[in-house]
Amino acid sequence: MSKLVVIGDGMVGRRFLEAVAQRDPSWDVTVLCEEPRPAYDRVRLSAFFDGVSAEELSLASDLDGVEVRLGEAATEVDRESKVVRSATGEYPYDKLVFATGSYAFVPPVEGADLPGVFVYRTIEDLEGIKAHAEGRRHGTVIGGGLLGLEAANALKLLGLDVQIVEFAPWLMARQLDEAGGGVLKQHIEKLGIGVDCGTGGTKISAVDGRLRMDTNRDGVAYDTDLIIFAAGVRPRDQLARDCGVEVGERGGIVTDSSCATSDPDVYAIGEVAAMEGVCYGLVAPGYAMAETVADRLAGGEATFPGADMSTKLKLLGVDVAQFGAFDGPLATTYLDPANGTYAKLVLSDDAQTLLGGMLVGDAEPYPLLRASVGGKVPGKLADLLGGGEVEGTLPDGAQVCSCNAVTKGEIMGAIHEGCHDVAELKSCTKAGTSCGSCIPMLKQLLAEGGVEVSKAVCEHFTQSRAELFDIVKVTGITTFSELIARHGAGSGCDLCKPAVASILASLSNGHILDGEQAALQDTNDHFLANMQRNGTYSVVPRIPGGEITPDKLIVIGEVAKEFDLYTKITGGQRIDMFGARVEDLPKIWRKLVDAGFESGHAYGKALRTVKSCVGTDWCRYGVQDSVKMAIDLELRYRGLRSPHKLKSAVSGCARECAEARSKDFGVIATEHGWNLYVGGNGGFTPRHADLLLSDVDSETLVRTIDRFLMFYISTADRLQRTSKWVEALDGGLDYLRGVVVDDRLGICADLDAMMVKHVEHYADEWKGVIDDPEKLQRFVSFVNAPETPDPSIEFEEVRGQKFPAGSTERSRPVLLGTPVIRSSQGK
Amino acid sequence: MEPICAFDRLVPGRGVAALLADGAQVALFRLLDDSLHAVANRDPFTGANVLSRGLVGDRGGEPVVVSPLLKQAFSLTTGACLDDADVALEVYAVEVRDGEIRVGARSEAEVAA
Repeated sequence: MSKLVVIGDGMVGRRFLEAVAQRDPSWDVTVLCEEPRPAYDRVRLSAFFDGVSAEELSLASDLDGVEVRLGEAATEVDRESKVVRSATGEYPYDKLVFATGSYAFVPPVEGADLPGVFVYRTIEDLEGIKAHAEGRRHGTVIGGGLLGLEAANALKLLGLDVQIVEFAPWLMARQLDEAGGGVLKQHIEKLGIGVDCGTGGTKISAVDGRLRMDTNRDGVAYDTDLIIFAAGVRPRDQLARDCGVEVGERGGIVTDSSCATSDPDVYAIGEVAAMEGVCYGLVAPGYAMAETVADRLAGGEATFPGADMSTKLKLLGVDVAQFGAFDGPLATTYLDPANGTYAKLVLSDDAQTLLGGMLVGDAEPYPLLRASVGGKVPGKLADLLGGGEVEGTLPDGAQVCSCNAVTKGEIMGAIHEGCHDVAELKSCTKAGTSCGSCIPMLKQLLAEGGVEVSKAVCEHFTQSRAELFDIVKVTGITTFSELIARHGAGSGCDLCKPAVASILASLSNGHILDGEQAALQDTNDHFLANMQRNGTYSVVPRIPGGEITPDKLIVIGEVAKEFDLYTKITGGQRIDMFGARVEDLPKIWRKLVDAGFESGHAYGKALRTVKSCVGTDWCRYGVQDSVKMAIDLELRYRGLRSPHKLKSAVSGCARECAEARSKDFGVIATEHGWNLYVGGNGGFTPRHADLLLSDVDSETLVRTIDRFLMFYISTADRLQRTSKWVEALDGGLDYLRGVVVDDRLGICADLDAMMVKHVEHYADEWKGVIDDPEKLQRFVSFVNAPETPDPSIEFEEVRGQKFPAGSTERSRPVLLGTPVIRSSQGK
Repeated sequence: MEPICAFDRLVPGRGVAALLADGAQVALFRLLDDSLHAVANRDPFTGANVLSRGLVGDRGGEPVVVSPLLKQAFSLTTGACLDDADVALEVYAVEVRDGEIRVGARSEAEVAA
């Protein structure tokens, strides 16, 4: 078997391994990776500060015949005997590929090695920045390019005041002209970030536990706590230099169009390669190089197809895009200082062909424009520049996904062969899997291909849940029968009835068992308890914030004893009582209500619990009163019906003992206030919640949660948890922030009013039942024998408590299996 | 036919359970059009007597009850499980006389069919 050694496991290296596995899996591949973790998505590195974990950024995949040696740096290449050495091993090769990438460039400034000075390149760098920022106030970023603005955003998310210092006369000088850079600067300064262009740092010194950076401008110095250098990258070509492979004048391993270096058995791909003399700092050209070499190794004749350097980014909430040529024979521009938008299109001298351009503030026409570069101008210039409605169809050859070089023709082919949503298109064409900026385009192409994505609730309603919500809200319909008669068909089912019941309840239509609503409720809601496997119920009283008095604990104990209930502490900091017969539920709740308990809604698609840690009152680390906040939130949102269950938690400090980031909405105390995270989940697909707001006061926090919840309730699909809902929002977290914080849709007053109505109308559901003889009548096992319990329900005793009969029977195979596993391990 | 309860005891669109003299449990449903259906209360998939507490509706026009435990749908007219052809519920005859619901033996339903 021929041996292939790859040095470096980054995005391009990983793409190369996948391409080799696909085209010619006969290679025996060894990868030497200096970093302690396998390849991760460096394009999305900043998402780390939005709460995305290192694991979620990972691109690692198990590939047959590939051995990845983590934490093992190649130290020497011996081309004579064709072997790569590390500190611990020797790896012979037939073909060698350099995929070593770049390192962050730090200009030769005195003091650049002081503690508190960082670069912005690896997950380890980001972890260091995060740790150092804790408890500090001010950060400075050297570099106002793409990476510098990402770093500035990261520091802002960490709660620091931020200053950007850029040597060039304007921001993003490689992508934007002076006017574009100026508009961008306006946007960024509005966010409270300082921007100082045309200035360079000359010296960094430690002063009184902080840092001071002197500049090349007289008398201008910055006092700060943390400095990040984001002044560009340089190819990591030292290993290649040492072994005599040719490198370029300005660095980078020189390759021809097949990615071969001066040694025909050695290739270079990605940022380390000087492809025909040019180093590319974007992932798309790197991917093209990876595909080229994989094809060559499989006996093909591929050459590097050339690079599309187009970029579209959202930096600090501002759209910035550049595509095709930067300048040309004819340029037309549009500047709107009031709205902060700037557009420039570069045209051929006859103004018929689009050569390139840039957009700041509004990049909506970007996918269309970028895909049209080299072709006819795809619409009226005034529309394209001014952000009007742009209508145009792309030619088949237009590249839709530039990261993965996927054309419109390929996507339409995939749609034709049966891809019916964005997820399928992603897995089948790879389009949209890197930077994601073409996903809106994919949606348009799906529509163009005639694919209609059905959001229908069920066979009785063609509408989505969100549409039904709007119908109910606008028409004021209060019954299912009227809704299905006017807007649906048939008699309903177990999908649409509970969905409509939830909508009616979210809009505060009285007790959920009143009148016709009773017939809509799912079994658990109908008996206000959770049905268990043997037909008995569990009972969960609300314990707001997990705080409970000894007297109330005693009541729970007494009730459990009297009705012979199995008790267990739940994950949501309350107590669950199991094995209640349906006819006992009202008696149990009479006692609980008399003692001051309310329904915990464990049975409903509604707010469950708001967990808390012990906070400032008891904990020596707590910085805010998490228990009081948790109780306030739980009491505010108790009884709120939603498309799915809602869980929450409040932690009193960054140690996060309440696990708030696994919740639908989680709150973590900071020294200055609260951080709000949304869209977290445990369960099947765990997801860390995203940071929506940082360092806000209690009033802002509650107001934002109000709006977040009501926006979710108004627009989510049936049984869509907040995690999936946030992920599915067009425009993601920025869009959500725009709606609930900046009121971009102008609906915040409505959302606020909906929550006020909820809070005003809240009433304990169980109290409503035990005070109503008509509703009480339903809590019987048999309509014709109200006093008779269901004779088929039996219990047995295990560990001093009762369990459904047959429990020990069911667990027996596991017990029998254990010795077998042990004996096989002993061999 | 065995008397069970007043027709008005049933909420339109919901079911109740009844205990027959021979110990059998029946799930009795009143649909929105006031029609009545009676099937066995025992969920064949779990063995629990809970079908009377399931949601009713229709699948392609066929009136069904959905098990509250594992959500299989059963026809209220034939008892057949629509999610598993090997499983079916017993169907009972049911009628209203003088405002009172009466349930017959399973065989009576078969004779009527």
